[in-house]
Amino acid sequence: MTVYEPWDAARGAEIIAEHTHLDGATLVILHALQEAFGYVPEPAIPMIASALNLSRAEVHGVFTFYHDFRHKPAGRHVLKLCRAEACQAAGGDALAARAESKLGVSLGNTTPDQRVTLEPIYCLGLCATAPSAMLDGRVVGRLDEARIDALVAEARR
Amino acid sequence: MSLRVFIPRDAGAIAVGADDVASKLEQAAANRGVPIEIVRTGSRGLYWLEPMLEVATAKGRVAFGPVSVNDAASVLEAMLADGPHALRLGITGEIPWLKRQTRLTFTRCGVIDPRSLEDYRAHNGYSGLERALTLTSDSILADVTASGLRGRGGAGFPTGIKWKTVAQTSAMQKYIVCNADEGDSGTFADRMIMEGDPFLVIEGMTIAGIAVGATKGYIYIRSEYPHAVEAMNAAIAAGRRGGYVGSRIGGSPHSFDLEVRVGAGAYVCGEETSLLESLEGRRGIVRAKPPLPAHHGLFGKPTVINNVLSFAAIPFILAGGAKAYADFGMGRSRGTMPIQLAGNVKYGGLFETAFGITLGELVDDVGGGTFTGRPVRAVQVGGPLGAYFPSALFDTPFDYEAFAARDGLIGHGGIVVFDDTVDMAKQARFAMEFCAIESCGKCTPCRIGSTRGAETIEKIRAGERVTENIALVEDLCNTMKFGSLCALGGFTPYPVMSALKHFRDDFGPAPTRLQAAE
Repeated sequence: MTVYEPWDAARGAEIIAEHTHLDGATLVILHALQEAFGYVPEPAIPMIASALNLSRAEVHGVFTFYHDFRHKPAGRHVLKLCRAEACQAAGGDALAARAESKLGVSLGNTTPDQRVTLEPIYCLGLCATAPSAMLDGRVVGRLDEARIDALVAEARR
Repeated sequence: MSLRVFIPRDAGAIAVGADDVASKLEQAAANRGVPIEIVRTGSRGLYWLEPMLEVATAKGRVAFGPVSVNDAASVLEAMLADGPHALRLGITGEIPWLKRQTRLTFTRCGVIDPRSLEDYRAHNGYSGLERALTLTSDSILADVTASGLRGRGGAGFPTGIKWKTVAQTSAMQKYIVCNADEGDSGTFADRMIMEGDPFLVIEGMTIAGIAVGATKGYIYIRSEYPHAVEAMNAAIAAGRRGGYVGSRIGGSPHSFDLEVRVGAGAYVCGEETSLLESLEGRRGIVRAKPPLPAHHGLFGKPTVINNVLSFAAIPFILAGGAKAYADFGMGRSRGTMPIQLAGNVKYGGLFETAFGITLGELVDDVGGGTFTGRPVRAVQVGGPLGAYFPSALFDTPFDYEAFAARDGLIGHGGIVVFDDTVDMAKQARFAMEFCAIESCGKCTPCRIGSTRGAETIEKIRAGERVTENIALVEDLCNTMKFGSLCALGGFTPYPVMSALKHFRDDFGPAPTRLQAAE
C-alpha cells in the first residue's frame, strides 16, 4: 500500500514548479501530482494550465485522454489484472472472473469499503509467464486459482 | 574466492519470484558462512525456466532453473559442490534453446549487470560508437543502409532511408526519439533489452544522433513498464557520469543528451505521431502524414523516431557488422528478429533468430506447443492488430513480405499461442473492443467502426441474422482498413478478418465445436 499526501494547493504548486522548465511538461506534471496525492485533484488542472500557459480545456483534455490518471483516489490497494491476448490464451478470463466474484466488484471499480481497486491492464510485458497481474506496483506472473486468491486476500488486508 | 551467482532483475523473473529467491540464497549462504556475490542481471529470455540462476565456474556459467524459494538452499549446495541437482541445466551457453539462436542484439542480455557501464564496456559495449566517431555522417548512414535493417516496431521501413532523410534536413535542433511504448500483447523484447542491456539502446540512439546531427533524445516508455523506466534512468545517470551522455561524448566534439518520458496507459501512443503528440504534452491524437516526422517531428523539428529494437541493432552494425547483419535473413528481411513466444506455450520466451524460420518451427519446435498440452488451434502474430493463423499456415516463413502475402503481419515479433478451447468469434470481438477502448477518436472509421464492429460480432455470436451480419462486419473491416488514419483502425481488421476466414465455424450461435468439446 502506498501512502499519499492529502491535497494541498501550496504543495501542488511546488510540484508543478519543479517541472515547468521541461519541454512538453504536461504529462510529467500529471504523473508527479498523482504520485504525490494518489490522484490528480481538480483544482490542480487550472494551476497546471496557468503554469504552462495553456487553456484549462487543453489540460483537462490531456488529463482525461490517458487511462492512468485518476480524478479521485483509488482504494488502499490497486490490483491490476492483465486482460490482453497472451493472458487470455493462458486462462486469464476465468481468473479475472474469479477475482471479480471474490471482491464483489467488476473490473474498473473499487470495493465499497475502499480497500481494493480492481482494474484491467492491457499488457505488462510478462506474456511468457502469463497470466499476470500487478498489485500496488509489484508484478506477479504464472497466476493460477491459488495465486489469484492469495493476491485478492493480500489486497483486502 | 567467493561464489559469484547471477540472478535476473528482469520484471518477468521478478514476477515469478526472483527477488525472493535472491534474498533466500543470500541468507542460506550467510547461514553456511560462505561468501557470496549476487549479480542482478537481465533475463536470458528462457522464461519457462525463470527464476533461472547462474553460477560462475571455471567451465563457464552453469544454470539452474526454475528455482523456487524452497530450492534455494539445495541449489546453493549444488553450486558449492559443483554437484548434481534436479534443476541443474548445465553450461548456460550449451542449453539447446539458447544455443540454436543467433543473438546479435540480445548477446549481452542476461549476461551483464545492466547497471554497470564498466560491465557493458568489458563485454564489447560502445565499440559501435567508437567506430562511428571515426566516420563521417555519410559513412554511418551507408553502414545502416547496407545492413538492410528495417524498423522493428512493425512497419518495417528501412532505417537507413529514414535516418538519411533527417540527416539531409537543415535545422537548429533535431531529435532522436525511441519508441518504447511496447503495447502489443505477446511482446516483451523492448522491456527485456531495456532492463537487461540499457546501454545498448543508449549507444544506438547516440549513433543516430551523430549520424543525423541531433543532440537530444527522448525515450518514451509506457507506464506499465516501471522496471524498464528505472533501468533506463539508472543507465542514463551512469552514462552521464562516465562521459557517454551529455556533452563531449566519449571525448569527441559531439553532444547527446537523453531523457526518459513515461506514457500514461494509452495504446495508441505506440503509433509514432501519437507518441510525438504525447511527448509534447498533449493528448495522443494521431497526426496526418505528410508531413513525415523526419521533416516535421517532435516540437516541429526533424526527428528520427525508431523502435527500441531498431536502435538496439545499430551498435552491432556500426561495430563493423553491417555485412554480417545483412548476411542473415531472407528476401528483403535482413538480419535477425527477436521473436517472442507467449500465451499458452510450453517454452515461452525470447528467441532471436535470422528471418526465414517458419511459423511452425517457432510454435511447435521451439515453443514446444501449448503448456496445457492441448492442440494448438490458432496463433496471433504481431500483437492485437495482427492476424490469427491456423496451423495450416505454419509453413509461412518469418518474413515481412511472406506474412503480408497471407494477409498477416509480423509486427513487433510477438507470437501468442492459443489451444483448441479458444473461441475465435470472442477473440474477433475483443479485437474490435480493444480498438474502441484505445481509439484516439480522430478518424471516424476507427472511432465508430470499432464500436459497431464489436456490437455486430456480438449479434453474430447470439445467432442474429448471421450471414447478413458477417457481410456487414466484412464491409466494415474494409472501411476501417482503407479509411483509418493509422494502424490502430487500419489493422484491427487483420485479427477480425483472419478469424472469419480461417475459423468461420466459430461465428454463429454456440459453436458446435465447443459444444462437442464440453
